[in-house]
Amino acid sequence: MRALPCGDAAVLFEVGTLDEAVALAAAVRAGQLPRVVDVVPAARTVLVVTEPGTDLAALRRTVAGLPLDAAATARGDAAPVEIPVVYDGPDLDEVASLTGLSPAGVVAAHTGTPWRVAFAGFAPGFAYLVGGDPRLRVPRRAEPRTSVPAGSVGLAGEFSGVYPRSTPGGWQLLGRTDATLWDIRRDPPALLGPGDRVRFVPVQDRGVRP
Amino acid sequence: MTLTVLATGPRALLQDEGRPGLAAIGVGRSGAADRASWALGNRLLANDRGAASVEVLLGGLRLRAERAVVVAVTGAPAPALVDGKPVGHNALLPLRAGAVLALGTPDRGLRTYLAVRGGIAVDEVLGSRSTDTLSGIGPPPLADGTVLPVGPEPRELPLVDIAPVALPEAGVVTLRVVPGPRDDQLADPDALFATTWTASDRGDRVGVRLTGGPLRRRDDSELPSEGLVRGAIQLPPGGEPVLFLADHPLTGGYPVVGVVRDADVDRAAQIRPGQPVRFRPA
Repeated sequence: MRALPCGDAAVLFEVGTLDEAVALAAAVRAGQLPRVVDVVPAARTVLVVTEPGTDLAALRRTVAGLPLDAAATARGDAAPVEIPVVYDGPDLDEVASLTGLSPAGVVAAHTGTPWRVAFAGFAPGFAYLVGGDPRLRVPRRAEPRTSVPAGSVGLAGEFSGVYPRSTPGGWQLLGRTDATLWDIRRDPPALLGPGDRVRFVPVQDRGVRP
Repeated sequence: MTLTVLATGPRALLQDEGRPGLAAIGVGRSGAADRASWALGNRLLANDRGAASVEVLLGGLRLRAERAVVVAVTGAPAPALVDGKPVGHNALLPLRAGAVLALGTPDRGLRTYLAVRGGIAVDEVLGSRSTDTLSGIGPPPLADGTVLPVGPEPRELPLVDIAPVALPEAGVVTLRVVPGPRDDQLADPDALFATTWTASDRGDRVGVRLTGGPLRRRDDSELPSEGLVRGAIQLPPGGEPVLFLADHPLTGGYPVVGVVRDADVDRAAQIRPGQPVRFRPA
């Protein structure tokens, strides 16, 4: 693990793998370290944001000494969140040709293995899902779309995800869901939290709005 | 007790300390862009530390006090008039019932804070009254006719009438920068500090875009996205850096080559379009 400087009120910890980043973020959160304001995990890093005036050298030592338990990062006991998907996305054929699978094979791969929430970002309620079928690793689209409809289910690199609202985006779109990923009036507002398991369930179009 | 907005100027938003600690659900902190000026208003009025104020971009706000209330104007020195009479900056301003406060355009700085004794008491969203312009979370921007509820009178009484604090700079703004985390991506590590940058007119609460480079990277390899902080200086393709402010995204995929010291980000939030900016290693 490397500790990289990130101003006078944060430290960026860099690790080797996504699993290590997820485990480190869980450990920092569980450690309830004093003066830590937020913990932002990403693909290979965990950003620890502190109150101004915090002793960052002491923080680096404390974080380096935290026990990492990868198993603790998955809420393995909870039932997976099921997300119904109509698999009629505009990039389904492209993903099929990139992966060498048939479109039906892509759907079977996407729904056959449960996914797990690694971290959030990009937009409120957007969860980066990992742990699915490794055959589904595809690059982002060369040309991002200026508008991706809310509920779109996509792939990019090692991740799958669902767009909580309409935004520009470059993920390969497999389908759409009517699950509400984000509702500010709900508690909690995000459908998916860190460590949650997710299973995509194929459904026929039953009036799911794009 | 309420305040009625008669005119908003270019943009007026409610802001407080924001929503720290919600990265796990994809929500950034947001909050006052110039935290020091926002906090000064609450200190003058002896408000609770986290009371919400109006963040006014380039003046132009006019509002009417429906009952007697005490307010304070801090941050960018927008000339303030109460019922047409000039009043002080960074000072307690008692308004009688029916009085109209009007802010002119500041000659320096960008964001003026109007704090009210008792704080603006609209409903909180996820624990804060801040408007996050990137995610859309929080109360809508103020509009002509918006009625702002004011919270109950705080227990503490104001101790001073006026605070002698420095105004935002009018000339070159020099900001202290901690290099990294990705300064090794720079072809010339000194270029960030050797250049006099200019704030472009495309700045907002997300960040200040800087022209005058470009800053060259050693190579254009893609980085996995990583967490961003307020004050981060990010280098997108094209080489014109972005200095992130309160409504920055949680993560970004371009290298952050330096981070402005936390205390200096407040001054960065007052940089006007066209103003020169220098970075100094901290």
